[in-house]
Amino acid sequence: MAQVSSISNEQSPTAKSITLKILRYNPKHDESSQFMEFDVQYEKWTTVLDVILDVKKYFDHSVAVRYSCRQATCGSCGMIINGKPKLACFTKISELNSNVVTVEPMKNFPVIRDLAVKFEKLFDSHQKIKPYLIRDDTELVSDEKEFLQTPKEVEQYIQFANCIKCGLCNSACPTMATDSSFVGPQALAQAYRYVADSRDKGKDSRLKMIDDSHGIWRCHFAGSCSQVCPKGVDPAMGIQLLRGYMLGFSS
Amino acid sequence: MPQDEHREGIGGMINPTRYGIERVAYLLMRLSGLGLLAYFVAHIYETSNILRGQVGWNEFLELTQTTGGHIFLAIVIAMCVFHTVNGIRVMLGHGGVGVGKPARPDYPYDPASQNYRHKIGIYSSIVLAAVATMYGLAVMFGE
Repeated sequence: MAQVSSISNEQSPTAKSITLKILRYNPKHDESSQFMEFDVQYEKWTTVLDVILDVKKYFDHSVAVRYSCRQATCGSCGMIINGKPKLACFTKISELNSNVVTVEPMKNFPVIRDLAVKFEKLFDSHQKIKPYLIRDDTELVSDEKEFLQTPKEVEQYIQFANCIKCGLCNSACPTMATDSSFVGPQALAQAYRYVADSRDKGKDSRLKMIDDSHGIWRCHFAGSCSQVCPKGVDPAMGIQLLRGYMLGFSS
Repeated sequence: MPQDEHREGIGGMINPTRYGIERVAYLLMRLSGLGLLAYFVAHIYETSNILRGQVGWNEFLELTQTTGGHIFLAIVIAMCVFHTVNGIRVMLGHGGVGVGKPARPDYPYDPASQNYRHKIGIYSSIVLAAVATMYGLAVMFGE
């Protein structure tokens, strides 16, 4: 432990105290990572991101954390909180039921510094599955001016369109833990999202990309990706449905 | 900390404590698969003893009549039953069977793929493996 600090002034009467442990590591300077401890105050509504920002404000401004929207929309503040991947802005201290809150950078992503990780591979995999509608024609010149869908057709993929690319699913995946070539649940679920879209005509090129030993066949349906998804995307379902389609179980 | 990739590694892959019974089933499936592979190799070696004639064959068979041999075979029964029953569940899941249907998710976002059918399948595999093992032990030690 490198440091113990606490806020001693201006305590709210309803505030409680916890110990926040932050894993610090700068690959450019440090030989190894180490935890730093901070005693911080929290209210019923305080999120993990709030207390990390308190630490930056009052104790150590050099703590590196990526965040933006603070409302589980941008997908920037994913990290390991008490051992599980979560969004820091979407996790309240009070719901953790612990006097010690440990935050670490997401697993299976290279660390930039402290809690900030590189997303290049996630975005590369996402880009490889062609995350856009593929058609020969375009709605800009079509007489109908838009590609109409029934509510039933929308339901086939809308759940998977909620993905915010936070990377929590890739961090929880047991295959990602050991296979650096695996496409990952995020990209596979997005492949299903576009394959299931009735407007899309690029199914063959997408399936060709994921029909690989390090692609969809490497998923073992452990389901951890779905358990940690903060937006209810359920990547495990999308992957199994897509695999069922490729195996001929469904049309 | 391996900073180049920062992967969890095998330790993270086999940690069954964080993601519920599905991850426990994942670990047991892998362990039983490796165990059965090892048994398959050992079984080939065991049956090859027949080349040593009846005496050699009987000598080796005596190993399975010991307490250790019985426990070993009981573990093989457990692995075999669990891997078979859970394997059927996983194969159906891989085919998209029983994983739910896509729908607009409502908070708190219970994943449909982790539904009661799969949980029943996992618990059934564990219970059936335990029952088969107990039956096997009763037969072997009841002689």
